[in-house]
Amino acid sequence: MSALGNIIKKEVRELMTPTTFVPIILIAIMFGSLGNAIGSIEEEIEERPVIGYIDADNSNLSFIATSILNNFADVAFNSTDIADINTGIDELKNEEGIALYIIPSNFSENIYNSIPGEIKIYWIMRGAGILDSITSAVVEELINIINVNISYELISTNVTVNATTALTPTYRNETTYFKNKELPGVSPSEIAGIMSSQSSFIPIIIMMIIIMAGSTVISSMALEKENKTLETLLTLPVKRVSIVAGKIISSAIIGLMLAVIYMIGFSYYMSSLEFSGSINLAQLGLVLEPTELLLLGLSVFVTLIAALSLCMLLGTLAKNYKSAQTLTFPVTLFALIPMFMTMFKDFDTLPLALKGFLFGIPFSHPMMAPRALLFDDYLLVISGIIYVVIFSIILIAIVVWVFKTDRLLTGSTNKKLKSLFKRKRR
Amino acid sequence: MAVIEVKNLRKNYGSIEAVKGISFSVNQGEIFGLIGPNGAGKTTTLRVLSTLLSITSGTVKIMDYDLQQQSNEIRKIISYLPEDAGAYKNLTGKRYLEFIANFFEKNNLKDMIDRGEEIADLGERIYDKVDTYSKGMMRKLLVGRALMTFPKLAILDEPTSGLDVNNSQEIRKLVKSIARQGTTILLSSHNMLEVEFLCNRIALISQGVIVESGTPKDLMNKHNAKNIEEVFTRVVR
Repeated sequence: MSALGNIIKKEVRELMTPTTFVPIILIAIMFGSLGNAIGSIEEEIEERPVIGYIDADNSNLSFIATSILNNFADVAFNSTDIADINTGIDELKNEEGIALYIIPSNFSENIYNSIPGEIKIYWIMRGAGILDSITSAVVEELINIINVNISYELISTNVTVNATTALTPTYRNETTYFKNKELPGVSPSEIAGIMSSQSSFIPIIIMMIIIMAGSTVISSMALEKENKTLETLLTLPVKRVSIVAGKIISSAIIGLMLAVIYMIGFSYYMSSLEFSGSINLAQLGLVLEPTELLLLGLSVFVTLIAALSLCMLLGTLAKNYKSAQTLTFPVTLFALIPMFMTMFKDFDTLPLALKGFLFGIPFSHPMMAPRALLFDDYLLVISGIIYVVIFSIILIAIVVWVFKTDRLLTGSTNKKLKSLFKRKRR
Repeated sequence: MAVIEVKNLRKNYGSIEAVKGISFSVNQGEIFGLIGPNGAGKTTTLRVLSTLLSITSGTVKIMDYDLQQQSNEIRKIISYLPEDAGAYKNLTGKRYLEFIANFFEKNNLKDMIDRGEEIADLGERIYDKVDTYSKGMMRKLLVGRALMTFPKLAILDEPTSGLDVNNSQEIRKLVKSIARQGTTILLSSHNMLEVEFLCNRIALISQGVIVESGTPKDLMNKHNAKNIEEVFTRVVR
């Protein structure tokens, strides 16, 4: 064998270790399942929006508007009686509809008197992610098409109206229903705009805290092994549980400090957003109350503990500082996936499988919590906190078990477990 | 009184049998040496006795404490110095000794740390970060750490590894004096002169089995050898 071949063979052998391959295999599996899930979201977006309308005017101009709605959307409800509003909203909620258009009885009369005609829109908003607001943006565009067509009708039939009304014959009066809140005067795209500013900011901060605190723990374990201090530590009169708890608690204290810094910054961030343009968020109930901030802080803290426990477990696999860097990869990945998912879609609008996947990742919960708390979805936040606490307890128990076996020093588990597996194989 | 009682100790790593049923006992104040070629099972035996590794079969008792059942009690009375041990690099030598002492002594903490400093004999360098220490200085600090706690049993794996001749001699004298004060010493070494000088009794271990044991003098007589090195080469082939 040539010298080059010899070196290549040696290098390949050294690099072909489980720590090199396991994270990549995990990523491949995750991206595969994520691809399937995102495919189902794309199909959802390509579907025609489902709407309803009440044409109480029943005129030539309102006919133009309803014709456009019939052409560009699936109409799940239509009526001519203004009293059917609640029935229409209920019908649309059942049919996954997104908007109910109301054309009042004085619609054409006002336009012919040079007063822009009102189109009331009752939006049924289901999610505030970037992808969630695409469908409502399509429906909003229908209003522009209605305007253009009514303008054309007014001009082509030589109706005497003032220029402003001829060019913009209608105006919108919107009310949005989102997660049991009625938000008058706000459109879904405006809400999505406010939420997206959080969507891109909060998950990034949380992801950074998890990665920073997590890599500290993994490196700490790796350094114990690399600097050959672990053997000494394990022979000192201190219980294994205390060693594990000591490492997790110290990192959690640092993590808590990071969380407090985050919460202070977040409070200022939210207070600066209270007046977002012409929308008064406080008036709409879109600001977090102190108890909600506390829940958010708790969610961040328990997630940190979960992250640190996971990192401790990964740290036991680290042979040295170099391999510890590789082992931070799954943690980064677990933080990145929910970050992107919560940016693009609301938890409520995800397909069931993806909901389960997102809920299963403990790092998702503090990323979903702010939006859920704004809309009083305490069930998601509290169940998330409980899940993460259980996840952490199980992980800590596993870490303590690993500390009690030979695994830390020899890379294999003790004989009891092996003999158990042998017995099962037999 | 037997401080260590090892009976038919076996330790497997998967399918590899590292230690194949060894038995020995060590009395209080005795210096007992385990010698053998690389991979013979010396370090595995020391790691088992230090509570680091679990036992595959057999029994080990230290001061009448059962190793499998009472490892927490055993850790209070032993001190283990691994062959290639290190210390926390961001701590100073003094802080490192304080950190270890805090696990043992609550009342005479200062005395213990002073003793560690005295054994390590690093002068003013004890206040420097461990990161700046040479290999020899590090070893002296670790010997200080291992012996400052007045252990009932000190398990020393290659105690003079990395030390020059003068420092090695100092450590050997120290080990002898500690044993005279009642501490039992179990050590392994590749240095046959060291073993001959230090140990009251030795056991030669090869391929996981004790092939010979006794006092250095008895073994030399038995094998008609001038020193332990000759005994070693004759017994361990």
